[in-house]
Amino acid sequence: MAKILIENREYEVEDGQNLLQACLSHGFNIPYFCWHPAMHSAGACRQCAVKVFKDENDTRGRIVMSCVMPVAKGMRVSIDDPEAKAFRENVIEWLMSNHPHDCPVCDEGGECHLQDMTQMTGHVYRRFRFKKRTYKNQYLGPLVNHEMNRCIQCYRCVRFYRGYAGGRDLDAFASRNRVYFGRSEDGVLESPFSGNLVEVCPTGVFTDKTLKSHFARKWDLQTAPSVCVHCGVGCNIIPGERYGELRRVSNRYNGEVNGYFLCDRGRFGYEFVNSPQRVKEALLKTADGVQEVSKEEALRLASHMIGMGGKVMAVGSPRATVETNFALRTLAGAENFYSGFSRHEARLASLIVEVMEKGPARSPSLKEVRSADAVLVLGEDVTNTAPILALALRQAAKNGPLKTAMKLGIPFWDDMAIKTATQGKKGPFYAAAPYATDDDDAAVKTFHGPPVEIARFAAAIARELNPSLPIVDGHSEETASLAREVAQALLEAERPLVVSGTGSGSEAVIQAAANVAWALCARGKKAGLTMVMPECDSLGAALIDSKGLDEAFAAAAEGEFDTLVIAENDIFRRMETEDAENFLASFSHVIVIDHVINDTVKAAHITLPGASFAESTGTLINFEGRAQKFFQVFVSAGAQQASWRWLKDMMDSTGLKLQKWESLDDVTSDAAAVIPAFEKITRAAPKHGFRIAGQKIPRQTHRRSGRTAVEADKTVYESKPTEDEDTPFSFSMEGFQGQPPSPLIARFWAPGWNSVQSVTKYQEYAGGPLRGGDPGLRLIEPKVAGAPFFKAVPISFKARKYGWLLVPMPRLFGSEELSVFSPPLASLQAKPFIGIAEEDAERLEVEEGDEIAVRANGKSFGLPAIFVPGLTRGVAAVPLLPGMAMLTLPAWGVLTRAKRRAA
Amino acid sequence: MLSILQSVWKMMLHAFRERVTVQYPDEKPVLAPRYRGRIILSRDPDGLERCVACYLCAAACPVDCIALQADETVDGRRYPSFFRINFSRCIFCGYCEEACPTYAIQLTPDYEMSEYKRPSLVYEKKDLLISGTGKYPGYWYYKVAGAAVKGKDKGDGLEEEPPVDVRSLMP
Ligand code: SF4
Ligand code: SF4
Ligand code: SF4
Ligand code: SF4
Ligand code: FES
Repeated sequence: MAKILIENREYEVEDGQNLLQACLSHGFNIPYFCWHPAMHSAGACRQCAVKVFKDENDTRGRIVMSCVMPVAKGMRVSIDDPEAKAFRENVIEWLMSNHPHDCPVCDEGGECHLQDMTQMTGHVYRRFRFKKRTYKNQYLGPLVNHEMNRCIQCYRCVRFYRGYAGGRDLDAFASRNRVYFGRSEDGVLESPFSGNLVEVCPTGVFTDKTLKSHFARKWDLQTAPSVCVHCGVGCNIIPGERYGELRRVSNRYNGEVNGYFLCDRGRFGYEFVNSPQRVKEALLKTADGVQEVSKEEALRLASHMIGMGGKVMAVGSPRATVETNFALRTLAGAENFYSGFSRHEARLASLIVEVMEKGPARSPSLKEVRSADAVLVLGEDVTNTAPILALALRQAAKNGPLKTAMKLGIPFWDDMAIKTATQGKKGPFYAAAPYATDDDDAAVKTFHGPPVEIARFAAAIARELNPSLPIVDGHSEETASLAREVAQALLEAERPLVVSGTGSGSEAVIQAAANVAWALCARGKKAGLTMVMPECDSLGAALIDSKGLDEAFAAAAEGEFDTLVIAENDIFRRMETEDAENFLASFSHVIVIDHVINDTVKAAHITLPGASFAESTGTLINFEGRAQKFFQVFVSAGAQQASWRWLKDMMDSTGLKLQKWESLDDVTSDAAAVIPAFEKITRAAPKHGFRIAGQKIPRQTHRRSGRTAVEADKTVYESKPTEDEDTPFSFSMEGFQGQPPSPLIARFWAPGWNSVQSVTKYQEYAGGPLRGGDPGLRLIEPKVAGAPFFKAVPISFKARKYGWLLVPMPRLFGSEELSVFSPPLASLQAKPFIGIAEEDAERLEVEEGDEIAVRANGKSFGLPAIFVPGLTRGVAAVPLLPGMAMLTLPAWGVLTRAKRRAA
Repeated sequence: MLSILQSVWKMMLHAFRERVTVQYPDEKPVLAPRYRGRIILSRDPDGLERCVACYLCAAACPVDCIALQADETVDGRRYPSFFRINFSRCIFCGYCEEACPTYAIQLTPDYEMSEYKRPSLVYEKKDLLISGTGKYPGYWYYKVAGAAVKGKDKGDGLEEEPPVDVRSLMP
């Protein structure tokens, strides 16, 4: 800590910080553009000028760029100095000389950092009378809109896209005052993180195209803190609603999880909420087809089915909330409740729970991931299964070189100098996967092989770390030396991290990964172990129960059950079609609660419309073991309600199991009392009774428009806002408009800071945790006394003469159940294919694109062949896309050329 | 006594003063164009809708009686897919007109809007949109904006350079 003088008052600042960050942390307003709390300083925009004085006697001082100025003890700084002020005003005036008169048609307007900074400097009148520079725009795909005229050349976009996220297809072109930011030609942005340009760019050059298709200004969006439901990372988001429709998702800063960024699946997947595929009313299947019935009627029928006295089975879901799964468990009893995993998923999930609960390695938060200094990824295609984790790993990969650069005396925030010093060098990041993944370019070395080989490779590393573990023989010298190198790098690191998960579908890989992390722990290292799980509540579901649907099927076959209740689970994704049909057929009544129409809904006797994440409140547990609460954003027009509430209503009206559940908090508390792993879960966020100065927290901004006009076409009497019994939020603009506790931040806004840059005002210091700590509560901490190592080493892979090993290939767009209902993401989905190694083309007598007949798990389908780099001979990759039969992978199958090519 | 007579005299003189009471509705007062009465939406000189659905009027309105939804035509022009003013709430303050960056929304000197039922005071876009430019004849937002629309490509606006050739560095 150093003391500096700002406007002649003393402040404590962190040593080695830059002056801009220090001043912002103390609440001062300095305009800036190119500095970004996660990407640090570039010194490109010249906007952040302040005056620095040498000592007490220095009256002249000098103007410096605060973002590239390290703080020094006793430094005297003036922000309000007239010269510094004039300088900043001039800089804005230059930037504005070419800026178009676009605010009214610019989607950034109202949350534009450029507008805010212009206001802040006081530049209000245009003096420049000459012509403005113009640029042509590019088509960048269905997610991001491009309007280059508005660029102020701050370079944030390319620094994020290329430097931070490792993208390659966005760059700066041309020179001097004509610099252009775009692609070399029109085309869809390739990075899975392209949507962040919308928030990173301080102007309206890059804006959200999905928002544009149903545009509303930030001040009109009704928002609440929420959690992304499209993978197991659990990024914090702010969904915004207007006129009963979800309009966009933007990032909600959580330093321990996603920080400043979201992936494109998470940012643009929300459109499923508006999809015509939603279940809006209760549906009843009769002999004449499916008909809509009223909520009361549906409830009466459902309660009748349950209340008849027959046995009830309940199937939950890894994408349903803790509360919904718990309500199902309550309804059917623990022994008749299944979490809804497939047999294979259940095995992997329970293994992961075992590893996390019993092992000595800690599952790190994403913040800890970002600060890891050696990483080993085993079997996981992270970009496609947990995208924001992949982004965090990319940052971890830079930590090694960063350390070296800092030894040269370069501060960590001096981004340009760091880049020059490190010259793109990579730190110890090793990736092992069945095929070449999008993470490979960040790795120093990669290993490709089928899951068993990855497990064996990991076993060899573990053996290097711990000689009591079994020897792995049969490795080539190359693999053996790579294993030694990895072991060495992990040992040399202060915070080594091992990443694995369900992505490869292999228990052996998970066990081997655990062994590596545990062996590091045994050597006294604080090793982290991240186990990726695919869905938003996979871990939560596994903590309640991890019996697979195969066991449910077996139990149903005994024939004692009468009614089946399924919540938010398409069992056709997790069971063979015939099995699923037979399973459903073994019940006289099938009740399904879900929010999208899928095969399970189609098979139900009664379908109850469930609320999506935006229409309900609940708790999810991400793969770190962090319980996070998301809050209802808006009230939908249909009969939708949270699944747990349907279940409560059913239980209430049967009178069998009357629940004293008045609000969601009662369900959460009951879950905490009954399930030991959830003991602390109620502390994840304040309860519904929470008030600040007696007031609720408004979901609407203080400048929301149209209150007396929106419904005026139907009635001129403004209706009373809906009461919310489950949360401390109100569906109105009335309430406490100041800063709430961090789990309850519904939007980021501060006076003079309308853009996302206002996050700084909610943090303990600029770029640091939110005031009062980042939201979420960790449920699982490592055990000191470790579990015994897994001793088995799988035998090595042998390519078969006729058979092929099919390995799963998760895809960013298409593998997750809900985001496929989002039209822009669906348009980016790959067409189904089968991935083979190029060297295998000859064996199959095919060329790329030729159709191949694939037979596995008793199914067969024809798919075009695509060469996937890195695949081992005899191994084929099956992309997990909708429309492709859900297979249990890895599995052996047969590939044959479908048709002889026309000569 | 004298004062009483004085008053009577003064009152009598009033009988010969000019009348200020207007015999409305037989007679109508002349109001300045700046008078703040019934609100209209005007059009650009080329006859296309002026409103670009920027939501600024709605945000400025102190009684929140304007609601609209932005959309875009195939020509790239922003327009409101619906535009509603609830005149049973409007206080005719004129803030909306002040906030409007395109001169689309204007208050006019028409005040004859009485209705028997409140719902009749809810005006939709068809009730608001007039066929001319209203009080501001020349203004044409897209000519001064940077955004391109059909008929005005990048660089075609007033005071605009032709678009930068980004490949100018290439040999
Ligand atoms: S980028 Fe900001 S200042 Fe520029 S036109 Fe858009 S809203 Fe206005
Ligand atoms: S496009 Fe945006 S982020 Fe990129 S340089 Fe221009 S203003 Fe900055
Ligand atoms: S990484 Fe996962 S949780 Fe985060 S935004 Fe993407 S899909 Fe959502
Ligand atoms: S005149 Fe005033 S009250 Fe009426 S619509 Fe305009 S801003 Fe609203
Ligand atoms: S923020 Fe300091 S130069 Fe851009």
